[in-house]
Amino acid sequence: MDFVFPNELNVTWTVMIVLYPYITGLVAGAFIVSSLYHVFSRTELKAVARFSLASAFVFLLFAPLPLLMHLGQPQRAFNIMITPNFASAMAGFGFIYTAYLLVLVLEIWFVMRSSFIERARCRGGVAALCRLILLGNLHEDEGTRRADHKIARFLAGVGIPLACLLHGYVGFLFGSLKANPWWSTPLMFVIFIFSAIVSGIAVLIFHYMVVARLNGWKLDQPCIRSLTGYLWGFMIIAVALELLEVLSIAYKQTEEWEVLGMLIRRKLWISYVILQYLVFSLIPFLLLGINTLFKLRDRLANAMIWIAATMLLVQVLLMRWNVVVGGQLVSKSMRGFTDYLPGVWEKEGLAVAAAIFTLPFCILWLFNKIVPLFPEAKPRT
Amino acid sequence: MKTRNRKSDRPDESRRHLLKLLAAGSGLLVFPLGSLPTRASAADGTGERPPYWAYAVDTTRCMGCCACMRACRDENGVPKGVFRTWVERYRIDLDDEVHVDVAMHDDFVFAPAPGDVARAFFVPKLCNHCEKSVCNQVCPVGAAYRTADGVVLVDAEHCIGCGYCVQACPYGSRFINPESHVADKCTFCYHRLARGLAPACVLTCPREARLFGDLNDPQSKLSVLLRQRPYRLLKPELGTHPKCYYLGLDREVV
Ligand code: SF4
Ligand code: SF4
Repeated sequence: MDFVFPNELNVTWTVMIVLYPYITGLVAGAFIVSSLYHVFSRTELKAVARFSLASAFVFLLFAPLPLLMHLGQPQRAFNIMITPNFASAMAGFGFIYTAYLLVLVLEIWFVMRSSFIERARCRGGVAALCRLILLGNLHEDEGTRRADHKIARFLAGVGIPLACLLHGYVGFLFGSLKANPWWSTPLMFVIFIFSAIVSGIAVLIFHYMVVARLNGWKLDQPCIRSLTGYLWGFMIIAVALELLEVLSIAYKQTEEWEVLGMLIRRKLWISYVILQYLVFSLIPFLLLGINTLFKLRDRLANAMIWIAATMLLVQVLLMRWNVVVGGQLVSKSMRGFTDYLPGVWEKEGLAVAAAIFTLPFCILWLFNKIVPLFPEAKPRT
Repeated sequence: MKTRNRKSDRPDESRRHLLKLLAAGSGLLVFPLGSLPTRASAADGTGERPPYWAYAVDTTRCMGCCACMRACRDENGVPKGVFRTWVERYRIDLDDEVHVDVAMHDDFVFAPAPGDVARAFFVPKLCNHCEKSVCNQVCPVGAAYRTADGVVLVDAEHCIGCGYCVQACPYGSRFINPESHVADKCTFCYHRLARGLAPACVLTCPREARLFGDLNDPQSKLSVLLRQRPYRLLKPELGTHPKCYYLGLDREVV
């Protein structure tokens, strides 16, 4: 068991293609949280309602960046919209992305219009920017507020299927490749959606707690508890689906399992079995479970929840890695495995990935300077 | 080979085809050596069907000299470390263990095989120019396409280098060219076909283990051979309908 086709020695999809579904997952998950508030009126989530919407938007802005870094000919990227081949699952990307971006921009506009107006009434460059964003219309009364709310709610509703599409389609992209036994499963679509929701909720909890800590705000405890419950529930579904997929192949003991079992044992033992499941799924599962079922002291509970959320962020990243890279380690000759270790400084290396991942947080910080994303934050005048 | 869907994926293919036929006609006069014993030059207005190219590998004849790999590299300028064609060496030892390797380094010479061998053979591989090629299906921009004469090609001017086709091909035939950063693979030496010449590997093989011809011509050497000898396809269960026919292929090969 040591043969790979010679062209397989170079792994084609690397760090950037791990990062891309990771970021779109955060988008989809954060958006679902904002929609829980805007569409399904989970009012306890008010504290993070705007923040989650803004997070979804900012992550979405950066989602194509890893793809562009990966493309051999990034200057031709628009070919995907100019000459789409609709037989390809990938061809939908440009259209789904644009549609979703449009919905998000509009929703933010309607949800945050009041704040933009407030800011636009001040002086200075930012106020001018806000006036530009508002297209010069600073008028506001009960009627406009009600209309804004209605439209925002509608857009939030339309956004849910789009968010699922944007991210589920990434799962489909992998799941529909019959050449690769590790990817080729219809479950991939669903697995990606649920893991996306997990990562989205996790990033909100993680980020909200850090921001509150830095600013000395008191956390909105009911909001945190509600998010914890959702996170626990969705992570159970996500992990159960992931396990279901592997266990069913393992149990059926098909020809595929011979090579996939070996892939898990020989190549993914640490990153998949130990880290993804035993450490980064099991521990958060317990931490969140305890907090959902028992009422601990706030301080202790928050610490546990923050650790669990942070670990789940890593868990989803590991899952993306194990899917994207893991799938390419098996030779299509079914006779062996190749190896891959990411570089740090290369074009698609870890340093660039870290930079790309940090950018959305910086933009969110700027965003918050223009219009406050948290109820606690007072707008600057 | 039953469903010969000769429709090209591309609208400009008819034009290309015409050019090709014209070029083929003139090419034959200039390059008689290694020319195709087929009707690639059938631009004579007789209304004959245009060719439908396919490939056969006689694994019982290959001796693993890898002259084809060198010829392909030189003909097509294939960079080091990536392969439009390669030759697999299968060694089955006395314990029935199968060992496979490829001569990839330097000048494509196999290292001496260690240990006792019960059975050994060589299998040349290349793009199968599948009739239902997954690579074409998945290319998001339509840069991967199939010509009317049955050759699967990449439009290097249009490809964005996403690598989806590389993932989709079940045979490991595609790669991202490290120099041009676009998808690359065997073209059946399309530039040679256009001149009525056989692919470089076919011309070079000293054992005639590689055969090339026109499936639309019942009298072509390839058609005759496929009628006379049993053959196998690679991974037929995937429904890609490969057009590379393997004569005398061992069951160990995938
Ligand atoms: S062998 Fe691979 S690259 Fe060649 S036509 Fe078939 S799917 Fe495409
Ligand atoms: S690498 Fe090029 S030919 Fe292959 S799928 Fe992407 S755009 Fe198409």
